[in-house]
Amino acid sequence: MSQPEFNTIQEKPSDFTDNVQARHRSGLIWTLLFQFSTIVGIVALATLLATTINQSSGIVIYEAKVDPSSLAVKGVPLEDQSKEQLMGVLQANLSEGAYNKINRETPFEEQSRDDVYDLVIERIVKYQVAESWLLWESLTNRSEIDQIIAQEYPNNLVRFVIWFNWDFLTSKQSSDPVIAGVRSAFLGSLWTIFITVLFAFPIGVMAAIYLEEYATTDNWFNRLIQTNINNLAGVPSIIYGILGLAIFVRALQPITSGSIFGTVDPTTANGRTILSAGLTLGLLVLPLIIINSQEAIRAVPGSLRNASYGIGATKWQTVWSHVLPNAIPGILTGTILAISRAIGETAPLVVVGASTVILLDPDGPFSKFTTLPIQIYQWTTRPQDEFRFIAAAAIITLLILLLSLNATAVLLRNRFSRRY
Amino acid sequence: MTKSNTDETEYVLETKDLNIFYGDFMAVTNVNMKVQRNKITAIIGPSGCGKSTLLRAFNRMNELVPSSRIEGEIIFQGQNLYAPEVDPVEVRHRIGMVFQKPNPFPKSIYDNIAWGARIHGFKGDMDELVVYSLKQAALWDEVKDILDQSGLALSGGQQQRLCIARALAVQPEVILMDEPASALDPIATLKIEELMQDLKKNYTIVIVTHNMQQAARASDYTAMMMLDKEGVRTGTVIEFDETNVIFTRPKDKRTEDYVTGRFG
Repeated sequence: MSQPEFNTIQEKPSDFTDNVQARHRSGLIWTLLFQFSTIVGIVALATLLATTINQSSGIVIYEAKVDPSSLAVKGVPLEDQSKEQLMGVLQANLSEGAYNKINRETPFEEQSRDDVYDLVIERIVKYQVAESWLLWESLTNRSEIDQIIAQEYPNNLVRFVIWFNWDFLTSKQSSDPVIAGVRSAFLGSLWTIFITVLFAFPIGVMAAIYLEEYATTDNWFNRLIQTNINNLAGVPSIIYGILGLAIFVRALQPITSGSIFGTVDPTTANGRTILSAGLTLGLLVLPLIIINSQEAIRAVPGSLRNASYGIGATKWQTVWSHVLPNAIPGILTGTILAISRAIGETAPLVVVGASTVILLDPDGPFSKFTTLPIQIYQWTTRPQDEFRFIAAAAIITLLILLLSLNATAVLLRNRFSRRY
Repeated sequence: MTKSNTDETEYVLETKDLNIFYGDFMAVTNVNMKVQRNKITAIIGPSGCGKSTLLRAFNRMNELVPSSRIEGEIIFQGQNLYAPEVDPVEVRHRIGMVFQKPNPFPKSIYDNIAWGARIHGFKGDMDELVVYSLKQAALWDEVKDILDQSGLALSGGQQQRLCIARALAVQPEVILMDEPASALDPIATLKIEELMQDLKKNYTIVIVTHNMQQAARASDYTAMMMLDKEGVRTGTVIEFDETNVIFTRPKDKRTEDYVTGRFG
């Protein structure tokens, strides 16, 4: 791109080299690098989603321990039997003790026909996965799969299963991947995050207000506090787990186990409860919330503070009526980040004592607990393929939970932002 | 702070040997000046000579800068503003302030005015006060139909008059104005100046300005500030007199050079 008309004006030799093209070239190289980095990120995210979705559904061939057709009563197949007939089947195939135990837990009069049918499938038929394929194979390799089914499993139940389904969300834990669900882990995550936010949000915001608005003199003590908070944000999460174990599980056991309030969960009788987990995660995200809230408070223009002080407002009136309302969107953004961090944490909860198997749903801060990341971790370590499928389904659950919590925070933030 | 001899005191504000520091840096040195009741007193001078610092000392706003401190006294109606028993919140209630950049609250026009009165425990009719303050600030006709709209939606000149109305609503005795028109166009500036002439019937006004014509046009008294000595960056009032004296027969050579535009 030479511009000869410029040169004609100059009579003496120029002090500048003609480097416009070189400068554009280096600019282009950097632009390409930025685009490449973005593409790497997008590809990584797409791969993650694709693998998860690929693993979370596909064709499954079931193998029944007891052939359902053998359970027909007087020629009526299992699917069409009435509640009484199904109860007969249960009675005939289970020991008397097992049958009475079911009746004791939930009396048959209170169960619907479909409940009893599910019981028959779960206790007697006992479907196992004989062979399974991932979503991609199921879609692209259908003819081959059909061939295998025709040759090797002509009489078996074949289903296209989306492992992430309503039953999966609402079923309790089980050692059998076909009927295992994520309900207790889901509730555990919700309870834990609830405690975490309840603890960390008010304390974090109040600490940020104090540090930004009150501890403004530049002395060694304030600098020490600020430096410490900044460093705490970088401490590995497992360290917080050890801290939580020492403080909440051990030292504060009477409180965290609930024994001081007289509400001891008979299955725990120690401090490894939702309360301990929530407080530990609360400590973990506290520096994050403090630092982000400080940033938000600092971003409130000084002219607004001046305006308030200038008409004789006290410091507290200024903070409450002007600084906080204008900082709230930023504070909530920080809280979103903190929640995202807390909900995915696994390591500190392992140390604090998350249970891998719990049969009762958590129903309060003093329950034993497990959370979604713990559940996912536990399932992925199992050798059977099916556990990987439900782990993928649990990952989707975790992602959806995370996105909906964040969406709530974003909605709240937008509501506050539009107040004026 | 007690109101004493208000009717007899001719001077509302009086500084005595005032020095203002930021940390170890002495920003303003040895100021002795008197502000007369119901007059407009202008503070002029080159950039960085401490005009705003001096103005902010009058209602203890400079205390919001953590390292600042003062020596000497500022007497407001017989009472030293910096006496230990005086509450700066009360000082700022009695001595209001309007800033260089219009800074209305991000609230409705109504709330902008009502908020200040509310925090001071105003017991009267709030609607009446809002209307009265807006009328005093010559803004009522422009905003009477949009009181529930955000104060930030107004033009710059309207915003500045809203800020003046907000300051008036808490019924101060003195209004400090820190270059109130420097961010405004000439027409909006003219409106502010006309407004000041109306307001001085009821209030005492101290204004900092860069604009010498503005000081000449609008003020009754003028304090000329200048950096004290070459090399020592500390400002002081080198001359304080009636405005027409400052602009026509200044005693100090530096003042003459400055107001005639020969330097500064």
